[in-house]
Amino acid sequence: MKIEKVLGKNKKNKVFLYALSTCAWCKMTKQFLKDSEVEFEYVDVDQCSDEELDTIKKDVLSKGGSLSYPIIVVNNQTLINGFRKDKIKETLGL
Amino acid sequence: MITLDKVRQRAESDAKTYGYHLNPDQKFLQDLLEGLKQNEERFGYPACPCRLASGNLEIDRDVICPCDYRDPDVAEFGACYCALYVRTDVSDGKTPVQPVPERRPLEKQTRSYATPSTTTAEKKAELGAAAAKETSRIGKKLWYCRQCGYVVFREDPPYVCPICKAKREMFAEITIGIEERG
Repeated sequence: MKIEKVLGKNKKNKVFLYALSTCAWCKMTKQFLKDSEVEFEYVDVDQCSDEELDTIKKDVLSKGGSLSYPIIVVNNQTLINGFRKDKIKETLGL
Repeated sequence: MITLDKVRQRAESDAKTYGYHLNPDQKFLQDLLEGLKQNEERFGYPACPCRLASGNLEIDRDVICPCDYRDPDVAEFGACYCALYVRTDVSDGKTPVQPVPERRPLEKQTRSYATPSTTTAEKKAELGAAAAKETSRIGKKLWYCRQCGYVVFREDPPYVCPICKAKREMFAEITIGIEERG
């Protein structure tokens, strides 16, 4: 899986983003995290292999999420579906 | 190759036909149109940029833009799932654009996530079989609009009749019985 890392000053939480390379909401989420100086990792799911897709699906569904992008996973625990700014801010303490 | 202008024109003309508007945020709109263009280039059809497409037309049919879920989503939330198409009050800035919950059933979403098998040789054989199975599992039926008579051959009836705008409840399945005589 091609995981990209975006460096930032805020390393309080482990933030992982499942995104789609073509998705405007995902792009907005990446920009929001960058602007908030949050360090995060992301993977563009549409660029993944079949095996990787299966792993992603299982991971997301096991955390109680839906397959609706962007999918933000905080500290391998809390999952947020969609660019819900308030929810993201609250979870990351921004 | 399709141009960005062509993608934009097609969306504009479709919005006009249905009384919708394109997203008023020009930067966001540009991103969506580029996503559609990229999907059309890699799949041969403009699959929704904000959903994971499989590349198999039969599986992706309901999320080709404008997707099957657009009309009920615009009516209920003011925008379609990716927010390319919006209602007049949203276009005028009276109502903000919010993320729209996914209306596409989970069983259709998961078709884009393949289940891998162990070895490459096995995989090839299985993929062929799986593709055939997948297509047969998508059971298409004939549906007709009881209001205007419009007939469509697909998995589910449309949410809104494209001809007379009747709701999904107005659709009924056409069953054909063959009777032998003599």
